[in-house]
Amino acid sequence: MSVVSFSHVTKRYNGPRGSFTALDDVSFDIQPGEFFGLLGPNGAGKTTLISILAGLGRASSGSVQVGGYDVVTQYAQARRQLGIVPQELVFDPFFSVRETLRIQSGYFGLPRNDDWIDELLASLGLADKGDLNMRQLSGGMKRRVLVAQALVHRPPVIVLDEPTAGVDVELRQTLWQFISRLNRQGHTVLLTTHYLEEAEALCQRIAMLKQGRIVALDRTSALLSGAAHTMLRFKLDRDLPADLAAQARVTGRIVQIPARDAQQVEAVLARLREAGCPPEDLEIGRADLEDVFLTIMHGEGRSPAAEGARA
Amino acid sequence: MNPSVPHVPLARPQPLDGTLPLLRKEILRFWKVAFQTIAAPVLTALLYLLIFGHVLQDHVKVYDRIGYTTFLIPGLVMMSVLQNAFANSSSSLIQSKITGNIVFLLLTPLSHWAWYLAYVGASVARGLAVGLGVLLVTSWFGAPPLQQPLWILVFALLGGGLLGTLGLIAGLWAEKFDQLAAFQNFLIVPMTFLAGVFYSVHSLPPFWQAASHLNPFFYLVDGFRHGFFGVSDVSPWLSLGVVGTAFVAVSAIALALLKSGYKLRS
Repeated sequence: MSVVSFSHVTKRYNGPRGSFTALDDVSFDIQPGEFFGLLGPNGAGKTTLISILAGLGRASSGSVQVGGYDVVTQYAQARRQLGIVPQELVFDPFFSVRETLRIQSGYFGLPRNDDWIDELLASLGLADKGDLNMRQLSGGMKRRVLVAQALVHRPPVIVLDEPTAGVDVELRQTLWQFISRLNRQGHTVLLTTHYLEEAEALCQRIAMLKQGRIVALDRTSALLSGAAHTMLRFKLDRDLPADLAAQARVTGRIVQIPARDAQQVEAVLARLREAGCPPEDLEIGRADLEDVFLTIMHGEGRSPAAEGARA
Repeated sequence: MNPSVPHVPLARPQPLDGTLPLLRKEILRFWKVAFQTIAAPVLTALLYLLIFGHVLQDHVKVYDRIGYTTFLIPGLVMMSVLQNAFANSSSSLIQSKITGNIVFLLLTPLSHWAWYLAYVGASVARGLAVGLGVLLVTSWFGAPPLQQPLWILVFALLGGGLLGTLGLIAGLWAEKFDQLAAFQNFLIVPMTFLAGVFYSVHSLPPFWQAASHLNPFFYLVDGFRHGFFGVSDVSPWLSLGVVGTAFVAVSAIALALLKSGYKLRS
């Protein structure tokens, strides 16, 4: 039985300038113990979907279940299964870290929870911050408290909405070590992120959203092997010729161009030579999740992987 | 599901689960800034008493054998209860909404009853704390008798409950501090000032007497004052009926708004 189930979820906003469909018939399931990634560009509907799961928003049609409980009609049971780390860095300025966690624990009917709170503080590197007021914490420390707050009632399903946006390397590592440990202990994790290397490293299965629709849904390994092409990577100090630029991904000086086989590699190199663009630090590598993501997002319609991939 | 996942004890959720932690948090919230939330309104009421009492003591006779300063005290106490009960729930909600930390409540299993009881309960607590402070400080200038303490308690609780509930509704409705301030300054403050805090409505011309009787806050002040002096403009039972009905009506609205997620869940 799946632990989270989205069934034909549609969300429409009716504004003065017509209606806007944020989510269009989204259906997929997450299995117990999975580390599941939800990817998509800004505005694809990721946060809207998480909000409906969390009860912060309501679907125009369709339903969502957590642990078999409907998030609207059985919201109390459903929310006890969910630990949500919100995207925004919010806090209550009246309380210390420990007070914040005790209060949150109380809302879930766990008034005496200090052992677990101590463990959370220690695991998230907050052990010496318990008595500080939330206002005294740096942004990164506040983010850790948000994670602790989401986990204070030991939810079986942990939802992280862009948890590492604007977060330093140390916190990212602390966070992923801790979340991976919880995942190994059996917690289900649903992650949305912009950092595709994180999703590739952590998620067993990935769904990609584009303009409110699921355009890919598969095991991460299958998505990667589905994009079997290799990538030609090099550095360049001048502009690419226009025909190459159309298929390239350029990050600063770094250029990546898909090249399926040796013939294509040769063709690209020949074109560069003709154009008088000598590539530096040339290497040939396998496509990563970012390549898959861009291929799917820029492609028309659904990727082959999305068809029949519902688990 | 993997058996090693530590489970929340999944007893069937009860509608009042989590009410006490939320109530406690709401009380702590104002208690931590008690200088602003309790001491300041007590001082304001004291200033009203000193100024109005000094100016009017020898000019206004409301009931026989009761000096104006003594007459004024219960009204000031009730006015403080009402304004602070309103301020508590409304400012707590709007602050949480604007800073975004309301999300920590929205993610919990708390029912609309739990929200209602906690926010209104904390408002009543703050209203009573300020009211008691005003009573203690002002009594030095002419302690009113406590003829029927049960009426005092009933109207204090109902006043705090009614205004705490109105504050809850205003806090849900308002999207910025400006709107909340308008609700407070153009509705709550005039209605409390015109409820007979500073005068007996019997001293008004007939039109304004009738108008005062349309103001539900008048019955709160009048019934409350009856508890002290044993005399009032209308029967305390009438006041109880009017105030009780108003309280039930606004509570039903507040509960319906909370249940629907009005301006909380999109």
